Formats: sequence, C-alpha cells, structure tokens
Amino acid sequence: MGSRECGQITSHSEPGPGDGGRTGSWRVLRPVIDLEACIPSRRKVAACFICWLYCPDGVITRTIPPSIDYEYCKGCGICAEECPTKAITMVEESKFALEEK
Amino acid sequence: MSIIESGNVAAALGVKLCRANVIAAYPITPQTPLTEKLSELVESGEMNAEYIPVESEHSALGVCIAASSTGARAFTATSANGLLYMHEQLHWAAGARLPIVMCVANRGVGAPWTVWNDQQDSLSQRDTGWIQLYAADHQEIINTVIKAYYVAEQTSIPVMVCYDGYILSHTHMPFEVPDQEKVDAFLPPFRPNYALDPSMPANLNTVTLPEPRNNIRGELAHGYMELRYLLHEGMIRAIEVVGEAEQRFNEIFSVSGTAYMDMYKCDDATYIAVAMGSLSLHLRVVADILRDEGIKLGIIGIKLYRPFPCGIVADALKDRDGIIVMEKAISYGYVGPLYSDICSCLYTQGLDGPSPGFPYVHNYILGLGGRTIRTIDLMDAIRPICTGKRIKDQPGWIGLKI
Ligand code: SF4
Ligand code: SF4
Repeated sequence: MGSRECGQITSHSEPGPGDGGRTGSWRVLRPVIDLEACIPSRRKVAACFICWLYCPDGVITRTIPPSIDYEYCKGCGICAEECPTKAITMVEESKFALEEK
Repeated sequence: MSIIESGNVAAALGVKLCRANVIAAYPITPQTPLTEKLSELVESGEMNAEYIPVESEHSALGVCIAASSTGARAFTATSANGLLYMHEQLHWAAGARLPIVMCVANRGVGAPWTVWNDQQDSLSQRDTGWIQLYAADHQEIINTVIKAYYVAEQTSIPVMVCYDGYILSHTHMPFEVPDQEKVDAFLPPFRPNYALDPSMPANLNTVTLPEPRNNIRGELAHGYMELRYLLHEGMIRAIEVVGEAEQRFNEIFSVSGTAYMDMYKCDDATYIAVAMGSLSLHLRVVADILRDEGIKLGIIGIKLYRPFPCGIVADALKDRDGIIVMEKAISYGYVGPLYSDICSCLYTQGLDGPSPGFPYVHNYILGLGGRTIRTIDLMDAIRPICTGKRIKDQPGWIGLKI
C-alpha cells in the first residue's frame, strides 16, 4: 500500500502527536530527569514545568513527575539547558542501546 | 452582447463573469489596463470582489495563494519582468495545487528594457507546473479566461492565460461577451478540496521528508517525490479536462471552438507552419497567398502549451513533408522552446516508437521585443522551405538587421 491512500494531493499536516514522523529516531542524546533534583517531583506540587514549556516538540508532560515521550523526543537538549535546577542530563543513546535489546 | 474593446478589457470582463472573489495585481505594461479595469469594476460595485493593492508581483501572487487557500476564487495578471519576479511563487501556487488564474500579456524580458511583445516571459516559466493556454484574438481571451477557471478548479492546478502584449492587449476588436447566466451554468461555484478553517487548524505545504511518513491518523502520507508525481499526473489528466471544458463550453454557448490547437487549411497541406498566439492568425494570410502560388501550406495555432498535447500534435504533423515552427522566444544556445517540444513529440509519441520517417522540422525566431513581423518576410521565409530547401543554421531568424 502506497501513500495515495491518504487521499491528499499536497503536504498538509494537522496538530497531533507524530505529525513530523518518528522524530525520536533522530536522537543521539537522551534527556533523563533526575527526580531528586526536579522541583515538582521533590515538592509534590504542580510547579516549575519550564521543560514542558520550552520543549519544541511538546513531548514533556505537565505531570508530577514530568515524563518524556522518547518516541518523539528529538534530543535537542533545550529542556536540559532551561531546567533551573539542572535536573535534566543529556545521556548518549549508545548507553541505552544494550539494555533495550 | 457584442462589443468593441481592447484585449485587456476582454480579459477583465471574463474575470468579472467568473465572479472572482479576490484580485491582487501590480500594474506593468502592457497588462496595466486589465487591472485598472478590474479595480474600476470593483470600485463601482459591478463586481463583488476584494481588490487588494500590493507592492510587487511577488506579493500579488502571494495574496492569491493565501486567498485561494481559504477557498476564494483568485485572479492576478502580469507581464514580462513582473512574471519573473513571481517565479518562486509560481512554483508555490502549483505545488500547493491552488486553482488560481493569471493573465499574462506577453512582453519581451529585460535587460535591455523593452515593453513590446514577444513570448519569452511565459515560455521561460514553462516548468513551474502551471497550465499554459495561449489566446490568438479577443474572443479567445475572454472565452479562455472562463474555461481557465473550470480547468483550474477541476484539476487543482493554476492556469496562465497568455495573449500578445499590444497586438492583442491594446488593440480594439469586436467580440461577444458571454451571458452571465450561461457562464454560471458553465462554471459552478468553487468548492475547494480543502480550505483553511480556524476550527480545524492545519499546516499547509509543510516540510516533506525524502521518504513518505505517517500522518497523525497513522496513514502513510506523501513524501516530496510522491507530490511531484501527483502534480505531473494531474497535468497529464488536464489534457483531457481541457478537452472536456471545450466541449462543455461549445454546448452551453453554442459555439464551435477547438481545445488544443486551431488548424487552418491543414486537410491537404504538405507543409504546416506552427505558432502560438496572434501570429497563428497572421500566418493564415501567408497560407492564402502561398496557396495561390500552388504551395499547400496549412497553419496550426497551438492553444495548450503545458501540458503539451503531444499525441494530438504529433498526429496532426507526422504525415507532412515539412514543419515550420515560428517562435517569439528562444532557449539561448539551442532553439525555440516550441521547436524542441515538437521535435520531441514527433520522435517519441506520434509514431510507433522512434522512427526516421517523421517530417523535417524547421525553426524560425521572429518578432522579439516587438520587431515588426511583415507578411512579405514570412512569405520569403516559408516559400523556400516548401520547395525543398532547408534553413542552414537552425534556428533561422526573420527580420534580423545585423
Ligand atoms: S524544568 Fe527541571 S525542575 Fe522544572 S519541571 Fe522540568 S525537570 Fe523539573
Ligand atoms: S526539549 Fe528536546 S531533548 Fe528535551 S524532551 Fe523536548 S525534544 Fe527532547
């Protein structure tokens, strides 16, 4: 089955998860949240969520604790850069390659 | 109703009859009177449309692209360097599959400046994905504008209606203005495939990746190459749609026009001269005179240039002794663009595969930048070919004083 079935004749996208494709496959560095250092996780109140606000792909939840959808997180590192408590570390994907196999 | 008016006014009246909703244009000679006429019609309330003045041709087409994306019937017009200034937006309008109609009053391209007629402007935009129709007189201009909206909306491909600057744009001729009721019957209101809707936000013409990818519903959506293929496929289908539009038009208006080309005295012709626009009518005079001398010359005026109705053109030309392609444009360093297309269609399409039997095709360049095309010069150029001579260095030039 080819792309003709989608019935479109232009490139046309609607807001929703995955519209840009599985952008998680681009990632070489994975953001990992240290819950001991993350403000809402530590204080058990809805606070901060600067990572949620800044993530350009909208893949961080506004929950306690925040979680990241690695299917679409492209590994840009903006969340780690913006986090006021430095709770997010960018870890080489190769470190996870073995454990996920 | 029959009136005597200029070609530009014929075009404007066609746009009015089509009930265009949005007009955006920037004046350039020799197109200016067309947009002036439309602004008058809007200002006086005779036409219920939004006239949007812009600061450039690039913006004019940009406005039409936006308007058409919301489901409005959009129109613009230009000439020469103005058309070239739109170049990037031409590709965009076609790639976005928007049924915009644009008139091009054909004019030579600077440098050096010229305001006079040739067809280098629109022919150099051949590969932008627009359908190109060429009108040969005022009646064809107004009729073609009306058919253009039908074809554009049926195929989701923009259409350029081209006519010779000054020779047609500024001369006055009698022509029939079709009845509004019949135009409404011919051209139903525009129902776009997709129109921007604030309650269902979408991003149009988003970046595509080299490979197709899934959309949010998990369906495989096109990659760049699939969209290019669909535009090409749509263009090929447009050949049929242009024929269907002609048939519909002929029935509703009780006329007998032809869709792809006008043939004059071709039935018994051993030689055929091919041209586009008003030159094809001028050549009819030459055919009449040369026939008195015993030369069986026929004339073909090509009306649909892109998509090129290859099989139809090849069928009309393949059994002749010789073909003479007369052009007001050149692909510098090679030959005229129509000449290349005709050679290629004869070689590949009109026959059962490549054949050495197709007629010799001659090419003349003439009339650049409004250079006068004298009937006597046309006769002197065509007569030797019809008695078996060949042009020494193709293309030959008519009226060159160097
Ligand atoms: S920005 Fe840092 S501290 Fe704030 S919610 Fe995100 S991870 Fe936690
Ligand atoms: S900001 Fe970048 S790295 Fe962080 S979660 Fe979003 S996409 Fe991933």
